[in-house]
Amino acid sequence: MVGDDVNTDSIISSTRKRESLDPAVLKQFLFEHVDPGFAASVRSGDILVAGKNFGCGSAMEVAVTTVLGAGIPAVIAKSFSRTYYRNAINNGLLPLICDTSLIRDGDILVSDATGAIRNERSGETLRPEPLPEIMKAILSAGGLVPYMRKNGDFRL
Amino acid sequence: MAGRTISEKILARKSGQAVRAGDLVVCEVDCALGTDGSVPMALDYFEAMGGERVRDPSKLVFALDHYVPPTSAQTIGLHRIMREFACKHGVTLHGAGAGIGHQLIVETGRALPGGLVVGADSHAVTYGALNCFATGIGSSDLAAIMLCGRIWLRVPQTIRVVLTGQLSVGVFAKDIALALAGLLGADGAAYQALEFAGPGVATLALEDRLVLSNLAVEMGAKNGIFPADAETAAYLRGRTEQAYERITPDPDAHYNKTVEIALDQLAPQIALPHLVDQVVPLADASGTPIQMVYLGTCTGGRLRDFHQALEVLKAGGGVAPGVQLVVTPASREVRDAMAADGTLDALVGFGATVVEPGCGSCCGTCGVIPGDGVSVISTANRNFRGRMGNAKASIYLASPAACAAAATRGFVTDPNKVTR
Repeated sequence: MVGDDVNTDSIISSTRKRESLDPAVLKQFLFEHVDPGFAASVRSGDILVAGKNFGCGSAMEVAVTTVLGAGIPAVIAKSFSRTYYRNAINNGLLPLICDTSLIRDGDILVSDATGAIRNERSGETLRPEPLPEIMKAILSAGGLVPYMRKNGDFRL
Repeated sequence: MAGRTISEKILARKSGQAVRAGDLVVCEVDCALGTDGSVPMALDYFEAMGGERVRDPSKLVFALDHYVPPTSAQTIGLHRIMREFACKHGVTLHGAGAGIGHQLIVETGRALPGGLVVGADSHAVTYGALNCFATGIGSSDLAAIMLCGRIWLRVPQTIRVVLTGQLSVGVFAKDIALALAGLLGADGAAYQALEFAGPGVATLALEDRLVLSNLAVEMGAKNGIFPADAETAAYLRGRTEQAYERITPDPDAHYNKTVEIALDQLAPQIALPHLVDQVVPLADASGTPIQMVYLGTCTGGRLRDFHQALEVLKAGGGVAPGVQLVVTPASREVRDAMAADGTLDALVGFGATVVEPGCGSCCGTCGVIPGDGVSVISTANRNFRGRMGNAKASIYLASPAACAAAATRGFVTDPNKVTR
């Protein structure tokens, strides 16, 4: 769990991407200046929970691929910076917008077929904002690379 | 039926359909910038997408600016990959030392009124000063543009920023931008456009407008757009042969919100570590000790900025003992102009370390970094912890004149106290 206005340099320092763009390398530096123990504590399949304006600052895409590289498939936040949101969709990282204020570290979140998310501990049900069709299409293709391989162009 | 904002009008032209805020559209891109910070990943995406040729290389610009000069085998390798690709596909590439990509887009007349210009770097919003829709994207979106020449965009709601009056002596464009960041907050304009308006616009030079558009992203804005006027036309004269049409908003356009800033009431501002929206009147931070002063970046590295800083440095008798002054011109054109009019010699005479044009110390990827525990005052746009390459430094953001004032005294002080 992280707070409000977490910038992409906090997610992964831009000095790190100078030496490598490989998520398998970069993942060990995930949130290194926020919480030095964070990277080692992540288990594959963990969900990242954030406050408002997650991923503000630089548009660098390693801030998304590093999160994915650590095995995190989704980020739930009160809001995202627009470049982080786009980059997430384009790489197949699921960005969910809903009120995260009652989620606690270690909570188990279960998503149902309607997209609603139930917090097993608190019983709270969250309903993330629905995604527009083009974003759904890119995500369901597995990201912008497979989407463009298939379509060669954008289709609305 | 309400009229349309500047952003709605431009995205309508670029998508070939009538649009309203909230619509999703696919648009033709007039120009796309990639840097050494974003292109290497974009080339990986492009290849993975099955890209063989660039749809329209004339609409693509590469700039080597984040790693200048390159100081490791890895960054030298990134530059080489970009040069080889640019050469093979006929893409314009500005080499290391030519300047910051955003500045080069503006200087070379690639950002024109009515256009859609994107950059794989968040500060691509800068070009909005020239009445074009300009926004930042990631490497994957750049790869898709290389492949198909297009991008999908959600037409943003618009916040109208009305500027009235005229700035007082010692108060500058950066102070307006910081005041606005303080007012709106780091996400106050998220997913939205900022549209500048009001009689105060005409009092701002094009270089001032670039500062306001540049900082728009620090409020979460998608773009920060100005109307075009005689000042815009004068700047573009000699920089482009291409015809362009000025885009004006309809008088009955719908705005999500209107905020007003009275320029004549504004005092110098400062952003405190470690958030851009943690803005207070500079007077409240007066006396804060400073050990490093940074003049440069796509916010504050233009000729006008260095003139403003130099005036204060001269009035204050130079740089105080124990203060390190680092200067990075935004481009070679800026540096040549500084050399021609004596600004460069004067700064060097005051002991400044002058770094090759580029992103410099701004994002910690090259240039001089601050030491542990050092307080820096900078003309840049971001003060996040670790931004300049050392998480143990603290960064304050202010106008070039306020940065210079701190250089002369060794602590934060109002530039007017130094010049008067």
